Amino acid sequence: MNKLKLIIKREFLAKVKNKSFIVMTILSPLLMVGFIMLMIFLNQKNSEEIRTIAVVDESEVLASVFEDSEATKYINLTALGLEMAKEKTEELYYGLVYIPKTDSLSNLSKGIAFYSVDAPSINVINSIENKLERKIRDLKIEKLQVDIAQIKATETQVNIASENFSGEKSSKIGSVLRMVAGGGFGYLIFMFIIIYGTSVMRSVIEEKNSRIIEVIISSVKPFQLMMGKILGNAFAGILQFVIWAISAGFLMFIISMIFGVDATASSTAMGQMNPEMVQQVQDSAASNDLQVAFLEMKNLPILTIFFSFIVYFLGGYLIYSSIYAAIGAAVDSETDTQQFMLPVMLPLIIAIYVGFSVIENPHGPIAIGFSIFPLTSPIVMLMRIPFGVPWWQIAISMFLLIITFISIVWFAAKIYRIGILMYGKKPSYKELYKWLKY
Amino acid sequence: MENVLSVEGVSKTYGKFTALNNVSISVPKGSVFGLLGPNGAGKTSLIRIINQITLPDSGKILLNGENLQPHHVLDIGYLPEERGLYKRMKIGEQAIYLAQLKGMPYNEAKKKLQYWFEKFEITDWWNKKIEELSKGMAQKVQFIVTVMHAPKLLIFDEPFSGFDPINANLIKDEILQLRDEGATIIFSTHRMESVEELCDYIALIDKSNKILDGKLNDIKQEFKTNQFEVGLSCENKELLLQDINSKFNIENSPAISFNEDLRLTVSLKDTESSNDLIQFLNNKAQITHFTEVIPSANDIFLKAVANNE
Repeated sequence: MNKLKLIIKREFLAKVKNKSFIVMTILSPLLMVGFIMLMIFLNQKNSEEIRTIAVVDESEVLASVFEDSEATKYINLTALGLEMAKEKTEELYYGLVYIPKTDSLSNLSKGIAFYSVDAPSINVINSIENKLERKIRDLKIEKLQVDIAQIKATETQVNIASENFSGEKSSKIGSVLRMVAGGGFGYLIFMFIIIYGTSVMRSVIEEKNSRIIEVIISSVKPFQLMMGKILGNAFAGILQFVIWAISAGFLMFIISMIFGVDATASSTAMGQMNPEMVQQVQDSAASNDLQVAFLEMKNLPILTIFFSFIVYFLGGYLIYSSIYAAIGAAVDSETDTQQFMLPVMLPLIIAIYVGFSVIENPHGPIAIGFSIFPLTSPIVMLMRIPFGVPWWQIAISMFLLIITFISIVWFAAKIYRIGILMYGKKPSYKELYKWLKY
Repeated sequence: MENVLSVEGVSKTYGKFTALNNVSISVPKGSVFGLLGPNGAGKTSLIRIINQITLPDSGKILLNGENLQPHHVLDIGYLPEERGLYKRMKIGEQAIYLAQLKGMPYNEAKKKLQYWFEKFEITDWWNKKIEELSKGMAQKVQFIVTVMHAPKLLIFDEPFSGFDPINANLIKDEILQLRDEGATIIFSTHRMESVEELCDYIALIDKSNKILDGKLNDIKQEFKTNQFEVGLSCENKELLLQDINSKFNIENSPAISFNEDLRLTVSLKDTESSNDLIQFLNNKAQITHFTEVIPSANDIFLKAVANNE
């Protein structure tokens, strides 16, 4: 036990004192924050730019819908005629909306075209289409001699307040929150397994290559060395994640203080997309959304999430990192690891893909299946848990996870024990199987 | 004599390959024991079993009369043939870590390491890394790591490889000093001249079997072939040679030494004694040199392995 502690300590320090670890730990939050800042900055730049769109309306009934907004100005060039307007637009403006002359209202929507130098953005087209659709609909209603005011009065907005049987309220914002929480934790485990599993593998290969391995296992059991390595790396990883979380939060805070960049900046970018919807959202959002989100956050099964995060994190990491350790022991150099890496990566990648569909349908058969299968459960189950999972499914899943963990560590330790003393040739799967029986 | 280590009927197979077949050896306390054999004979397999790196399929290992147990790693120091230390860890930290793994407390390990660093005059290496040292320098550190927990049994696998003659000599003296201080030493090597210089006992392993073991001197007696090297001084060397050849068997072509002596090796039959030869020669010429040819460890090694074919 004492020796295990020594090994964990050495592995932890070896990892933490490594230059690339220090650089990554310091640089990553800076890079991340920088990236987010850049995105916000670009978004702002984009929305500051004012587009002018020319309109040629030969039908003479639609031009009125094009009202200038903050980001877009319209200019009516109907008087110039299409050809002249095209020439002028090509020189001066973002694009040209052309509405041909028609005899009837029903044909009005046909033949409308948009000309531009570069392919127009989807947002612009959508916005123009929305404007025209609304206007044409109004015209049609008018023609049917129905009072528009009455029709408007029938428009209703429904916000379904869903509630489960134990009385917890849920809402759309809540669903988004669940997606973010589940997806975030699942992805975190995925990243951790890959980064620190590979790091365990490298460290095994390094010991094998530097030939120190024989000196060490004449003092300690190979199993102790393997576990010490896995745990030492895990602690280094946890330290790194904690530093990242704290420093990223801190940096975001500082930067938003200095530059005054806040969440509203990004909502103006959204504003271009669909002014009406944004209006709606903003009406309710400003007053309610933050409170709702806060309430929803409290409604999440936080204890369950926290507890299962620990279990699945430990189980998943230990399973995969012992496989990585066994791979490291079986080969002589990192280039030889490829043939063994694919079967390890496959379930992880499947888990992430399944995770996306889980968010759509958290209680479907695929979601249930993969959240019980132990090689994918650490990721998939965590993504499901915020949506509420029956306890028996969690119990089965955790039980299988622990059984798998014990047996994989046992197998990996066997391969590790033989592999660390084997040099020279790259083993085949058949040979690995033989090692299990030694 | 008391045995520090007894290996009793140890066998080990890897799949279909037999690495050791019912091997038994006894290593007396305070001796230098040479474990010899061609490449792939099974020496390293045996050493790894003694170090509890692998387990034997059958057989017993006794250390000081006790069955081998995990706590015995503290009593054994092992220098593997494939040397290695952490390349990017400071030498001082590394040596202390390895001693701690053997079970030494931190402070004691530090003191002991200082003693050895001073002895080898390398105190300024403490904060260096292995990758900054030459191969020979790294070997010195590795030697210290092997012996610093003062084990009762030391196992050196090819201890002199990678050392220049000066440092090889230094290590040799250290090994002998450790023996004088009460340690028992097993060493495995291909360099037969070092066996000659150091070993009291040897065991020879070939093709997974022990084919020879015992006190080096006894084995030499056993491998004697009744050959004698003589030096003779006389006028007519041609005539003398013909004379000797008619009565005895001359082994190699005779040579003339720097002081004009005739030098030759004579093989005697089992029925003949050295006195017969001396009497015969005494009448013919002046004897300037007469020694029995004692087989070298190298000869014994080659002969025993050839016989095992």
